[in-house]
Amino acid sequence: MAERFDVVVVGAGPAGAAAGLVLARAGRSVCIVERGLFPGAKNVYGGVVYPRILESIVPRWWEEAPVQRFITRRSTMVMTATQALTVDYRTAAWGSPPYNGVTALRPEWDRWMAGHAERAGAVVLCSTVATGLLRDGARVVGVRTDRAEGELEAQLVVACDGVNSFLAKEAGLYPEVDTDHVTLGVKEVLHLPKEEIDRRFAVTGREGVDIEILGATRGVPGGGFLYTNYDTLSVGVILQLSALGRSGRRPEEFVAELKEHPGIAPLVAEAELKEYSAHLIPEGGYDTMPRLVTDGMLVAGDAACMTLAAGIWLEGVNLAVGAGIAAAETAIEALGRGDVSAAGLAGYRRRLESGFVLVNHAKLRSVPSLVLSDRMQFRYPGMMCALAEAIFTVGDPEPKPGLRRIFRRALSGAGVRLRHLLRDTLVAIRSFG
Amino acid sequence: MSVDLRRPTGVEPGWPAVSFEDRMGTVDFRIAGRAHIVVDDEVCRSCTTRECVTACPANLFVPTANGGILFNYEQCFECGTCYLICNNEGAISWAYPEGGHGVVFRRS
Repeated sequence: MAERFDVVVVGAGPAGAAAGLVLARAGRSVCIVERGLFPGAKNVYGGVVYPRILESIVPRWWEEAPVQRFITRRSTMVMTATQALTVDYRTAAWGSPPYNGVTALRPEWDRWMAGHAERAGAVVLCSTVATGLLRDGARVVGVRTDRAEGELEAQLVVACDGVNSFLAKEAGLYPEVDTDHVTLGVKEVLHLPKEEIDRRFAVTGREGVDIEILGATRGVPGGGFLYTNYDTLSVGVILQLSALGRSGRRPEEFVAELKEHPGIAPLVAEAELKEYSAHLIPEGGYDTMPRLVTDGMLVAGDAACMTLAAGIWLEGVNLAVGAGIAAAETAIEALGRGDVSAAGLAGYRRRLESGFVLVNHAKLRSVPSLVLSDRMQFRYPGMMCALAEAIFTVGDPEPKPGLRRIFRRALSGAGVRLRHLLRDTLVAIRSFG
Repeated sequence: MSVDLRRPTGVEPGWPAVSFEDRMGTVDFRIAGRAHIVVDDEVCRSCTTRECVTACPANLFVPTANGGILFNYEQCFECGTCYLICNNEGAISWAYPEGGHGVVFRRS
């Protein structure tokens, strides 16, 4: 006999836990299926959550969430092999409610969120793989699992099954996946005493630092990051999958290279490796998203390519939570009306499009490609560092060159044409403006 | 001779040299009895790019002397890199390991 629920949510990550929580609070019977030993066991991310959206489902989340550090210092670093230009911003405002970014470990964070769903009445079924969809004609009516007698019937399935989303693919919601728009994240978690982290990163107490890096992955489009946890650091790179394959280089070499950069080495020196990890990231944004609904099913989070990789904004967990809430609200409405067809679920996209999830994604749709473009990756970092170096070098006895000349030299030295720079600037202004 | 600026900071270039085995040794795996990824060695023999060999973050694909690929599923991150970059239809059959098995991240 198959078990029956109003809704089966697949995946107890941030999207699935948020969806399960909202559904359970509305009195719906809901089962969250999680393939890991516990929620978060299969999940890796860089390390920063922007949790303000949580306020709507867990008021005063900061009093209970498993936060490592609250980000009060955000640096954006542009580097070449021997140079680094950093914009470093620090504010006390992010150190008090409602906060901004926080570092957290996913095994703790996801378990905490799923715990809320469970206390609201959701069944969290761990160590269980959803192996496929149950169908009635074209309509999704539940999932098969790898448990004995493991069919879970439901009026609705919410697929929050992550970047590989075999369920969304099985439902035919995905076009072909393009490896230009998928990146591999590789990360090391390194231990240092808490006080040593405070000293090296110039913070105190629970204050934390977020460093995002462009130009760290020579030869392969991507980026680097370094975050402070309580008594560990998260350091790693993201690498465009197609280019990584062609490069013939191993992923962990890029992390090693970043750790040896003169701007990074003193921060991570002598730290002890505690865990190595890797995960894929769907970076393509709006234009690479699958269809979000079909008869009897909704897709949310990484399963729907909702990670936002827009250079200065690197977000994922918040968008997953936002989409999970929207999926649950749509489900509640559709179940109430008794119409779980794709048409009956159309409110999902409307909700996302009137909120931050798809408004931000639609507005920034050209940014992910711009960030991974050859010029942004391999020419502009050198150009920007050359500009800074020329401006700050005191070249006596030569008289100082004018800024115009410095600018022209930096451009030609980095092989940048002015018209390309202007065109890219225009794309950036249109997207960010 | 120029001054070596790096020395007084105590930062030794190349620190710390962690072997790949030690690196993988930091990760917790609950090894399933059955392989969740199956590689068709026959298809791999005709592959000229072999991107899986270098791109796999867990370094699980090993070229064999006879031109095939040896694959070890036990220390897999379940990321999906291999099947996505594989050019050869049917070479890699990829599914999740049975529930509760496979990688268990603790600090990610």
